[in-house]
Amino acid sequence: MKLAPQDNVAVALRPLSAGETVMLGSSALTIARNIAVGHKLAAQPIAPGDKILKYNCPIGSATCAIAPGEYVHTHNVASDYLPTYTLEP
Amino acid sequence: MTEPLQGYLRADGRKGVRNILVVAYLVECAHHVSCEIVATFRDRAVHLIGFPGCYPNDYAAGMMEKLCTHPNVGAALLVSLGCEGYNKRPLVDAISASGRPVKLIGIQGTGGTRKTIEAGKAWVDATLRELEAQQRVPMDVAELTVGTICGGSDATSGLTANPAMGVAFDLLIKDGAKTIFEETGELIGMEHLMAARATNPALGEALKETVAKAARHYAQMGYASFAPGNADGGLTTIEEKSLGAYAKSGQSTIDGIIKPGIEPPKKGLYLLDVVPDGDPRFGFANINDNAEIAELIACGSQVILFSTGRGSVVGSAISPVIKVCANPETFKRMEEDMDVDAGRILEGRATLPEVGREIYDLVHRVGNGAPTKSETLGHQEFILTYKSFEPLGPSCLPL
Repeated sequence: MKLAPQDNVAVALRPLSAGETVMLGSSALTIARNIAVGHKLAAQPIAPGDKILKYNCPIGSATCAIAPGEYVHTHNVASDYLPTYTLEP
Repeated sequence: MTEPLQGYLRADGRKGVRNILVVAYLVECAHHVSCEIVATFRDRAVHLIGFPGCYPNDYAAGMMEKLCTHPNVGAALLVSLGCEGYNKRPLVDAISASGRPVKLIGIQGTGGTRKTIEAGKAWVDATLRELEAQQRVPMDVAELTVGTICGGSDATSGLTANPAMGVAFDLLIKDGAKTIFEETGELIGMEHLMAARATNPALGEALKETVAKAARHYAQMGYASFAPGNADGGLTTIEEKSLGAYAKSGQSTIDGIIKPGIEPPKKGLYLLDVVPDGDPRFGFANINDNAEIAELIACGSQVILFSTGRGSVVGSAISPVIKVCANPETFKRMEEDMDVDAGRILEGRATLPEVGREIYDLVHRVGNGAPTKSETLGHQEFILTYKSFEPLGPSCLPL
Protein backbone atom coordinates (compact mmCIF):
# COMPACT_ATOMS: atom_id res chain seq x y z
CA MET A 1 0.00 0.00 0.00
CA LYS A 2 0.99 3.62 -0.48
CA LEU A 3 0.84 5.80 2.64
CA ALA A 4 0.18 8.97 0.63
CA PRO A 5 -0.89 9.39 -3.02
CA GLN A 6 2.28 11.39 -3.83
CA ASP A 7 4.60 8.61 -2.59
CA ASN A 8 7.03 6.91 -4.99
CA VAL A 9 7.42 3.92 -2.65
CA ALA A 10 4.85 1.49 -1.25
CA VAL A 11 4.91 -0.61 1.94
CA ALA A 12 4.46 -4.41 2.03
CA LEU A 13 1.52 -5.38 4.26
CA ARG A 14 2.47 -9.06 3.98
CA PRO A 15 5.70 -10.83 3.00
CA LEU A 16 6.15 -10.58 -0.80
CA SER A 17 8.01 -13.26 -2.79
CA ALA A 18 10.35 -12.75 -5.74
CA GLY A 19 8.55 -13.20 -9.05
CA GLU A 20 5.02 -12.55 -7.81
CA THR A 21 2.91 -9.77 -9.28
CA VAL A 22 0.99 -7.44 -6.98
CA MET A 23 -1.59 -4.80 -7.83
CA LEU A 24 -0.95 -1.31 -6.51
CA GLY A 25 -3.98 0.76 -7.44
CA SER A 26 -4.40 0.09 -11.16
CA SER A 27 -0.77 -0.79 -11.91
CA ALA A 28 0.75 -4.29 -11.72
CA LEU A 29 4.21 -4.55 -10.10
CA THR A 30 6.48 -7.58 -10.49
CA ILE A 31 8.44 -8.21 -7.30
CA ALA A 32 12.19 -8.50 -8.01
CA ARG A 33 13.22 -10.09 -4.69
CA ASN A 34 11.63 -11.15 -1.37
CA ILE A 35 10.31 -8.24 0.68
CA ALA A 36 9.43 -8.52 4.40
CA VAL A 37 6.41 -6.95 6.13
CA GLY A 38 6.77 -3.18 6.50
CA HIS A 39 9.64 -2.96 4.00
CA LYS A 40 9.44 -0.73 0.92
CA LEU A 41 9.25 -1.24 -2.84
CA ALA A 42 9.37 1.27 -5.68
CA ALA A 43 5.89 2.19 -6.95
CA GLN A 44 7.27 3.91 -10.07
CA PRO A 45 10.63 4.45 -11.81
CA ILE A 46 12.97 6.42 -9.52
CA ALA A 47 16.03 8.25 -10.90
CA PRO A 48 19.35 8.67 -9.05
CA GLY A 49 19.12 11.69 -6.74
CA ASP A 50 15.31 11.61 -6.59
CA LYS A 51 13.79 12.15 -3.13
CA ILE A 52 12.14 9.02 -1.75
CA LEU A 53 8.65 10.01 -0.60
CA LYS A 54 6.82 8.07 2.16
CA TYR A 55 3.82 9.64 3.93
CA ASN A 56 4.50 12.40 1.32
CA CYS A 57 7.67 13.21 3.29
CA PRO A 58 11.24 12.87 1.99
CA ILE A 59 13.03 10.03 3.80
CA GLY A 60 16.28 10.27 1.79
CA SER A 61 17.58 10.26 -1.81
CA ALA A 62 18.03 7.46 -4.33
CA THR A 63 21.69 6.56 -4.89
CA CYS A 64 20.95 4.73 -8.19
CA ALA A 65 18.07 4.14 -10.61
CA ILE A 66 15.30 2.03 -9.05
CA ALA A 67 12.76 0.17 -11.21
CA PRO A 68 9.08 -0.31 -10.22
CA GLY A 69 8.67 -3.35 -7.92
CA GLU A 70 12.32 -3.25 -6.82
CA TYR A 71 13.19 -3.44 -3.12
CA VAL A 72 14.01 0.02 -1.68
CA HIS A 73 16.40 0.06 1.28
CA THR A 74 19.90 1.05 2.44
CA HIS A 75 21.53 -0.36 -0.76
CA ASN A 76 19.81 2.22 -3.00
CA VAL A 77 18.81 5.08 -0.65
CA ALA A 78 20.92 7.42 1.52
CA SER A 79 19.87 9.82 4.27
CA ASP A 80 19.94 13.56 3.55
CA TYR A 81 21.00 14.07 7.18
CA LEU A 82 23.14 11.39 8.82
CA PRO A 83 24.56 8.11 7.47
CA THR A 84 22.80 4.88 8.43
CA TYR A 85 24.86 2.42 10.46
CA THR A 86 24.30 -1.28 9.74
CA LEU A 87 26.25 -4.43 10.58
CA GLU A 88 26.20 -5.68 6.97
CA PRO A 89 29.00 -4.44 4.63
CA MET B 1 -14.32 0.13 29.87
CA THR B 2 -12.39 3.02 31.45
CA GLU B 3 -11.58 2.37 35.12
CA PRO B 4 -11.32 5.20 37.68
CA LEU B 5 -7.79 5.92 38.89
CA GLN B 6 -6.53 5.55 42.45
CA GLY B 7 -3.25 6.89 43.76
CA TYR B 8 -0.99 7.37 46.76
CA LEU B 9 -1.24 10.95 48.03
CA ARG B 10 2.11 12.67 48.75
CA ALA B 11 2.74 15.63 51.07
CA ASP B 12 3.09 18.02 48.10
CA GLY B 13 -0.36 17.05 46.80
CA ARG B 14 0.87 14.93 43.89
CA LYS B 15 -0.31 11.35 43.58
CA GLY B 16 1.57 8.19 42.60
CA VAL B 17 0.16 5.07 40.93
CA ARG B 18 2.76 2.92 42.72
CA ASN B 19 4.26 3.04 46.22
CA ILE B 20 7.88 2.10 45.61
CA LEU B 21 10.70 2.04 48.13
CA VAL B 22 13.84 2.90 46.16
CA VAL B 23 17.28 1.69 47.19
CA ALA B 24 19.78 4.07 45.57
CA TYR B 25 23.54 3.54 45.35
CA LEU B 26 25.50 6.78 45.21
CA VAL B 27 28.56 5.30 43.48
CA GLU B 28 29.24 1.99 41.67
CA CYS B 29 31.21 0.82 44.74
CA ALA B 30 27.88 0.64 46.65
CA HIS B 31 26.04 -1.18 43.83
CA HIS B 32 26.54 -4.75 45.04
CA VAL B 33 25.47 -3.99 48.61
CA SER B 34 22.34 -2.25 47.25
CA CYS B 35 21.57 -5.24 44.98
CA GLU B 36 21.81 -7.62 47.92
CA ILE B 37 19.38 -5.49 49.95
CA VAL B 38 16.88 -5.30 47.07
CA ALA B 39 17.15 -9.03 46.30
CA THR B 40 15.68 -9.91 49.71
CA PHE B 41 12.45 -8.10 48.82
CA ARG B 42 12.09 -9.49 45.31
CA ASP B 43 8.31 -9.76 45.19
CA ARG B 44 7.61 -6.52 47.00
CA ALA B 45 7.76 -2.91 45.82
CA VAL B 46 11.50 -2.33 46.28
CA HIS B 47 13.41 -1.03 43.26
CA LEU B 48 17.11 -0.39 42.63
CA ILE B 49 18.35 2.89 41.15
CA GLY B 50 21.68 4.69 41.42
CA PHE B 51 24.48 6.71 39.91
CA PRO B 52 27.79 4.92 39.26
CA GLY B 53 30.12 7.92 38.92
CA CYS B 54 32.52 9.03 41.65
CA TYR B 55 32.68 12.63 40.40
CA PRO B 56 29.78 15.01 41.04
CA ASN B 57 27.51 16.03 38.13
CA ASP B 58 24.66 18.54 38.39
CA TYR B 59 22.49 16.65 35.90
CA ALA B 60 22.84 13.33 37.73
CA ALA B 61 22.25 14.94 41.15
CA GLY B 62 19.11 16.65 39.81
CA MET B 63 17.89 13.39 38.30
CA MET B 64 18.45 11.48 41.56
CA GLU B 65 16.55 14.10 43.57
CA LYS B 66 13.60 14.05 41.14
CA LEU B 67 13.54 10.23 41.11
CA CYS B 68 13.75 9.85 44.91
CA THR B 69 10.88 12.35 45.33
CA HIS B 70 8.83 11.02 42.39
CA PRO B 71 5.07 10.59 43.05
CA ASN B 72 5.42 6.79 42.59
CA VAL B 73 8.12 6.65 45.31
CA GLY B 74 7.17 6.35 49.00
CA ALA B 75 10.57 6.10 50.68
CA ALA B 76 14.30 5.98 49.85
CA LEU B 77 17.33 4.17 51.23
CA LEU B 78 20.59 5.77 50.07
CA VAL B 79 23.67 3.55 50.07
CA SER B 80 27.06 5.27 50.08
CA LEU B 81 30.55 3.81 50.15
CA GLY B 82 31.71 6.85 52.13
CA CYS B 83 34.52 8.47 50.16
CA GLU B 84 32.73 9.13 46.81
CA GLY B 85 32.19 12.58 45.36
CA TYR B 86 28.38 12.50 45.53
CA ASN B 87 27.09 15.48 47.52
CA LYS B 88 24.80 13.43 49.79
CA ARG B 89 23.40 16.01 52.21
CA PRO B 90 21.25 17.99 49.71
CA LEU B 91 19.72 14.70 48.46
CA VAL B 92 18.87 13.52 51.99
CA ASP B 93 17.44 16.96 52.84
CA ALA B 94 15.29 17.10 49.67
CA ILE B 95 13.78 13.64 50.29
CA SER B 96 13.21 14.44 53.96
CA ALA B 97 11.57 17.80 53.11
CA SER B 98 9.21 15.96 50.72
CA GLY B 99 7.80 14.07 53.73
CA ARG B 100 9.20 10.69 52.71
CA PRO B 101 11.07 8.34 55.05
CA VAL B 102 14.77 8.41 54.08
CA LYS B 103 17.92 6.78 55.43
CA LEU B 104 21.54 7.17 54.40
CA ILE B 105 23.89 4.32 55.22
CA GLY B 106 27.63 4.39 54.57
CA ILE B 107 29.42 1.10 53.99
CA GLN B 108 32.73 2.31 55.44
CA GLY B 109 31.11 3.75 58.59
CA THR B 110 28.81 0.74 59.11
CA GLY B 111 31.68 -1.75 59.03
CA GLY B 112 31.66 -3.31 55.56
CA THR B 113 29.51 -5.28 53.16
CA ARG B 114 27.72 -7.75 55.43
CA LYS B 115 26.87 -5.31 58.21
CA THR B 116 25.57 -2.72 55.72
CA ILE B 117 23.36 -5.27 53.95
CA GLU B 118 21.88 -6.26 57.33
CA ALA B 119 21.31 -2.64 58.40
CA GLY B 120 19.76 -1.81 55.02
CA LYS B 121 17.46 -4.85 55.08
CA ALA B 122 16.25 -4.00 58.59
CA TRP B 123 15.35 -0.43 57.57
CA VAL B 124 13.65 -1.53 54.33
CA ASP B 125 11.65 -4.20 56.18
CA ALA B 126 10.34 -1.71 58.78
CA THR B 127 9.65 1.05 56.24
CA LEU B 128 7.91 -1.29 53.77
CA ARG B 129 5.35 -2.16 56.45
CA GLU B 130 4.46 1.55 56.69
CA LEU B 131 4.18 1.89 52.90
CA GLU B 132 2.11 -1.27 52.53
CA ALA B 133 -0.38 0.05 55.10
CA GLN B 134 -0.95 3.30 53.16
CA GLN B 135 -4.46 3.62 51.67
CA ARG B 136 -5.03 4.91 48.15
CA VAL B 137 -7.26 7.86 47.32
CA PRO B 138 -9.30 8.67 44.19
CA MET B 139 -7.20 10.26 41.45
CA ASP B 140 -8.15 12.23 38.35
CA VAL B 141 -6.57 11.69 34.90
CA ALA B 142 -5.54 15.36 35.07
CA GLU B 143 -3.18 14.34 37.90
CA LEU B 144 -1.37 11.96 35.56
CA THR B 145 1.82 12.57 33.58
CA VAL B 146 2.43 10.04 30.79
CA GLY B 147 5.69 9.71 28.85
CA THR B 148 6.16 7.98 25.52
CA ILE B 149 9.15 6.31 23.91
CA CYS B 150 9.81 3.84 21.09
CA GLY B 151 12.54 1.23 21.15
CA GLY B 152 13.55 -1.62 18.90
CA SER B 153 11.66 0.16 16.11
CA ASP B 154 10.97 -1.31 12.70
CA ALA B 155 8.93 -0.18 9.71
CA THR B 156 5.67 -1.26 11.42
CA SER B 157 6.28 1.03 14.45
CA GLY B 158 5.29 4.12 12.48
CA LEU B 159 2.28 2.36 10.91
CA THR B 160 0.57 0.91 13.99
CA ALA B 161 1.89 1.34 17.54
CA ASN B 162 3.23 4.90 17.33
CA PRO B 163 0.15 6.50 15.74
CA ALA B 164 -2.07 4.45 18.13
CA MET B 165 -0.13 5.86 21.10
CA GLY B 166 -0.62 9.28 19.48
CA VAL B 167 -4.40 8.67 19.54
CA ALA B 168 -4.15 7.73 23.25
CA PHE B 169 -2.10 10.90 23.87
CA ASP B 170 -4.78 13.06 22.23
CA LEU B 171 -7.45 11.47 24.48
CA LEU B 172 -5.31 11.95 27.62
CA ILE B 173 -4.62 15.60 26.74
CA LYS B 174 -8.36 16.17 26.26
CA ASP B 175 -8.81 14.89 29.84
CA GLY B 176 -6.26 17.41 31.13
CA ALA B 177 -3.27 15.07 31.55
CA LYS B 178 0.35 16.11 31.03
CA THR B 179 2.07 14.19 28.23
CA ILE B 180 5.71 14.04 27.15
CA PHE B 181 7.35 12.80 23.94
CA GLU B 182 11.10 12.80 23.46
CA GLU B 183 14.27 11.77 21.65
CA THR B 184 15.01 14.82 19.57
CA GLY B 185 17.63 12.77 17.68
CA GLU B 186 14.71 10.75 16.29
CA LEU B 187 12.81 13.85 15.20
CA ILE B 188 15.47 14.84 12.67
CA GLY B 189 13.65 15.80 9.47
CA MET B 190 10.39 16.55 11.38
CA GLU B 191 11.40 20.00 12.63
CA HIS B 192 9.20 22.02 10.24
CA LEU B 193 6.10 19.85 10.77
CA MET B 194 6.61 20.08 14.53
CA ALA B 195 7.16 23.86 14.55
CA ALA B 196 3.81 24.31 12.76
CA ARG B 197 2.10 22.62 15.75
CA ALA B 198 3.64 24.94 18.38
CA THR B 199 1.27 27.13 20.39
CA ASN B 200 3.28 30.23 19.36
CA PRO B 201 5.97 31.12 16.75
CA ALA B 202 8.76 31.61 19.33
CA LEU B 203 8.20 28.07 20.62
CA GLY B 204 8.19 26.87 16.98
CA GLU B 205 11.66 28.36 16.47
CA ALA B 206 12.84 26.79 19.75
CA LEU B 207 11.55 23.38 18.58
CA LYS B 208 13.50 23.70 15.31
CA GLU B 209 16.67 24.69 17.19
CA THR B 210 16.25 21.70 19.54
CA VAL B 211 16.24 19.30 16.59
CA ALA B 212 19.13 21.15 14.92
CA LYS B 213 21.12 20.70 18.16
CA ALA B 214 20.37 16.97 18.06
CA ALA B 215 21.51 16.74 14.41
CA ARG B 216 24.78 18.53 15.28
CA HIS B 217 25.33 16.25 18.28
CA TYR B 218 24.86 13.02 16.33
CA ALA B 219 26.94 14.35 13.40
CA GLN B 220 29.81 15.03 15.84
CA MET B 221 29.41 11.58 17.40
CA GLY B 222 29.48 9.95 13.94
CA TYR B 223 26.22 7.99 14.17
CA ALA B 224 22.53 8.74 14.00
CA SER B 225 20.20 7.34 16.68
CA PHE B 226 19.75 4.26 14.54
CA ALA B 227 20.50 0.63 15.40
CA PRO B 228 21.25 -2.17 12.90
CA GLY B 229 17.96 -3.80 13.91
CA ASN B 230 16.09 -0.73 12.65
CA ALA B 231 17.49 -1.39 9.15
CA ASP B 232 16.75 -5.13 9.39
CA GLY B 233 13.19 -4.09 10.19
CA GLY B 234 12.85 -2.09 6.98
CA LEU B 235 13.80 1.42 8.11
CA THR B 236 16.26 2.90 5.63
CA THR B 237 17.25 6.31 7.04
CA ILE B 238 17.00 8.38 10.23
CA GLU B 239 14.36 10.55 8.49
CA GLU B 240 12.18 7.48 7.92
CA LYS B 241 12.64 6.37 11.54
CA SER B 242 11.82 9.91 12.66
CA LEU B 243 8.54 9.93 10.70
CA GLY B 244 7.43 6.89 12.66
CA ALA B 245 8.74 8.16 15.99
CA TYR B 246 7.04 11.52 15.48
CA ALA B 247 3.63 9.82 15.19
CA LYS B 248 3.77 9.09 18.95
CA SER B 249 3.04 12.74 19.64
CA GLY B 250 -0.50 12.59 18.19
CA GLN B 251 -2.26 15.58 16.67
CA SER B 252 -2.50 18.02 19.61
CA THR B 253 -0.74 21.38 19.70
CA ILE B 254 2.72 21.37 21.29
CA ASP B 255 2.71 23.43 24.50
CA GLY B 256 6.37 23.50 25.47
CA ILE B 257 9.89 22.08 25.63
CA ILE B 258 11.30 20.60 28.83
CA LYS B 259 14.66 19.10 29.83
CA PRO B 260 15.38 16.09 32.07
CA GLY B 261 14.11 16.68 35.62
CA ILE B 262 11.76 19.53 34.66
CA GLU B 263 8.08 18.72 35.07
CA PRO B 264 5.49 20.08 32.63
CA PRO B 265 4.03 23.15 34.40
CA LYS B 266 0.47 22.53 33.17
CA LYS B 267 -1.60 20.13 31.06
CA GLY B 268 -0.78 19.51 27.43
CA LEU B 269 1.94 18.08 25.20
CA TYR B 270 5.66 18.68 25.81
CA LEU B 271 8.82 17.75 23.93
CA LEU B 272 11.58 16.45 26.24
CA ASP B 273 14.94 17.68 24.92
CA VAL B 274 17.29 14.84 25.85
CA VAL B 275 20.39 15.98 23.94
CA PRO B 276 23.03 17.69 26.13
CA ASP B 277 23.94 21.32 25.44
CA GLY B 278 27.32 22.35 24.10
CA ASP B 279 29.94 20.04 22.55
CA PRO B 280 29.60 16.35 23.46
CA ARG B 281 31.42 15.91 26.78
CA PHE B 282 30.34 12.59 28.26
CA GLY B 283 29.53 10.48 25.19
CA PHE B 284 26.29 9.71 23.41
CA ALA B 285 23.16 11.67 24.34
CA ASN B 286 21.38 8.54 25.51
CA ILE B 287 23.23 5.25 25.52
CA ASN B 288 20.02 3.16 25.37
CA ASP B 289 16.24 3.28 25.79
CA ASN B 290 16.31 3.05 29.60
CA ALA B 291 18.40 6.21 29.86
CA GLU B 292 15.47 7.99 28.17
CA ILE B 293 12.84 6.25 30.28
CA ALA B 294 14.65 7.38 33.45
CA GLU B 295 14.52 10.97 32.12
CA LEU B 296 10.80 10.74 31.31
CA ILE B 297 10.22 9.50 34.87
CA ALA B 298 12.36 12.32 36.32
CA CYS B 299 9.99 14.72 34.49
CA GLY B 300 7.16 13.29 36.57
CA SER B 301 5.83 10.47 34.33
CA GLN B 302 3.89 8.00 36.48
CA VAL B 303 3.20 5.74 33.47
CA ILE B 304 5.32 5.11 30.34
CA LEU B 305 4.01 4.05 26.91
CA PHE B 306 6.68 2.08 25.00
CA SER B 307 6.19 1.04 21.39
CA THR B 308 8.32 -1.66 19.82
CA GLY B 309 8.43 -3.42 16.46
CA ARG B 310 11.48 -5.69 16.80
CA GLY B 311 10.48 -6.65 20.34
CA SER B 312 12.04 -4.81 23.27
CA VAL B 313 11.43 -6.50 26.64
CA VAL B 314 12.50 -3.75 29.06
CA GLY B 315 10.52 -2.24 31.89
CA SER B 316 11.79 0.30 34.40
CA ALA B 317 12.34 1.06 38.03
CA ILE B 318 9.73 3.42 39.59
CA SER B 319 7.09 3.71 36.82
CA PRO B 320 5.16 0.96 35.02
CA VAL B 321 5.96 0.55 31.31
CA ILE B 322 3.11 -0.41 28.94
CA LYS B 323 4.51 -2.26 25.94
CA VAL B 324 2.68 -1.61 22.65
CA CYS B 325 3.80 -4.09 19.98
CA ALA B 326 3.73 -2.72 16.42
CA ASN B 327 4.58 -5.85 14.44
CA PRO B 328 2.08 -8.75 14.34
CA GLU B 329 4.86 -11.32 13.76
CA THR B 330 6.79 -10.06 16.81
CA PHE B 331 3.62 -10.20 18.92
CA LYS B 332 3.07 -13.87 18.05
CA ARG B 333 6.67 -14.63 19.05
CA MET B 334 6.81 -12.50 22.22
CA GLU B 335 3.22 -12.21 23.45
CA GLU B 336 4.26 -12.74 27.09
CA ASP B 337 6.19 -9.45 26.98
CA MET B 338 3.60 -7.33 25.19
CA ASP B 339 0.61 -5.48 26.69
CA VAL B 340 -1.03 -4.35 23.44
CA ASP B 341 -1.14 -6.02 19.98
CA ALA B 342 -1.17 -2.96 17.69
CA GLY B 343 -0.14 -5.12 14.71
CA ARG B 344 -3.85 -6.02 14.42
CA ILE B 345 -4.14 -2.71 12.52
CA LEU B 346 -1.79 -4.03 9.81
CA GLU B 347 -3.78 -7.25 9.55
CA GLY B 348 -7.09 -5.37 9.31
CA ARG B 349 -8.34 -6.87 12.62
CA ALA B 350 -8.60 -3.50 14.40
CA THR B 351 -8.59 0.19 13.51
CA LEU B 352 -6.17 2.85 14.69
CA PRO B 353 -8.83 4.61 16.86
CA GLU B 354 -9.78 1.25 18.46
CA VAL B 355 -6.20 0.44 19.46
CA GLY B 356 -5.68 4.06 20.62
CA ARG B 357 -8.72 3.71 22.87
CA GLU B 358 -7.44 0.35 24.15
CA ILE B 359 -4.13 1.99 25.16
CA TYR B 360 -6.03 4.85 26.84
CA ASP B 361 -8.11 2.35 28.84
CA LEU B 362 -5.00 0.35 29.74
CA VAL B 363 -3.34 3.52 31.11
CA HIS B 364 -6.34 3.75 33.47
CA ARG B 365 -6.15 0.08 34.52
CA VAL B 366 -2.40 0.30 35.15
CA GLY B 367 -2.98 3.60 36.96
CA ASN B 368 -5.49 1.76 39.11
CA GLY B 369 -2.83 -0.79 40.09
CA ALA B 370 -2.98 -3.52 37.42
CA PRO B 371 0.57 -4.78 36.73
CA THR B 372 2.06 -4.47 33.22
CA LYS B 373 3.69 -7.47 31.51
CA SER B 374 7.19 -6.13 32.25
CA GLU B 375 6.29 -5.61 35.93
CA THR B 376 4.97 -9.17 36.17
CA LEU B 377 8.21 -10.47 34.65
CA GLY B 378 10.28 -8.49 37.17
CA HIS B 379 11.81 -5.95 34.77
CA GLN B 380 13.25 -2.94 36.65
CA GLU B 381 15.95 -1.65 34.29
CA PHE B 382 17.61 1.60 35.27
CA ILE B 383 20.60 3.58 34.05
CA LEU B 384 21.93 7.05 34.78
CA THR B 385 25.09 8.50 33.28
CA TYR B 386 26.88 11.86 33.05
CA LYS B 387 25.38 14.74 31.03
CA SER B 388 25.40 18.53 30.99
CA PHE B 389 22.51 20.91 30.26
CA GLU B 390 21.97 24.65 30.12
CA PRO B 391 18.74 26.09 31.64
CA LEU B 392 15.63 26.23 29.41
CA GLY B 393 15.34 29.11 26.95
CA PRO B 394 12.74 31.87 27.52
CA SER B 395 10.14 30.65 25.00
CA CYS B 396 10.12 26.98 26.03
CA LEU B 397 7.38 26.95 28.67
CA PRO B 398 3.77 28.15 28.40
CA LEU B 399 2.94 31.29 30.40
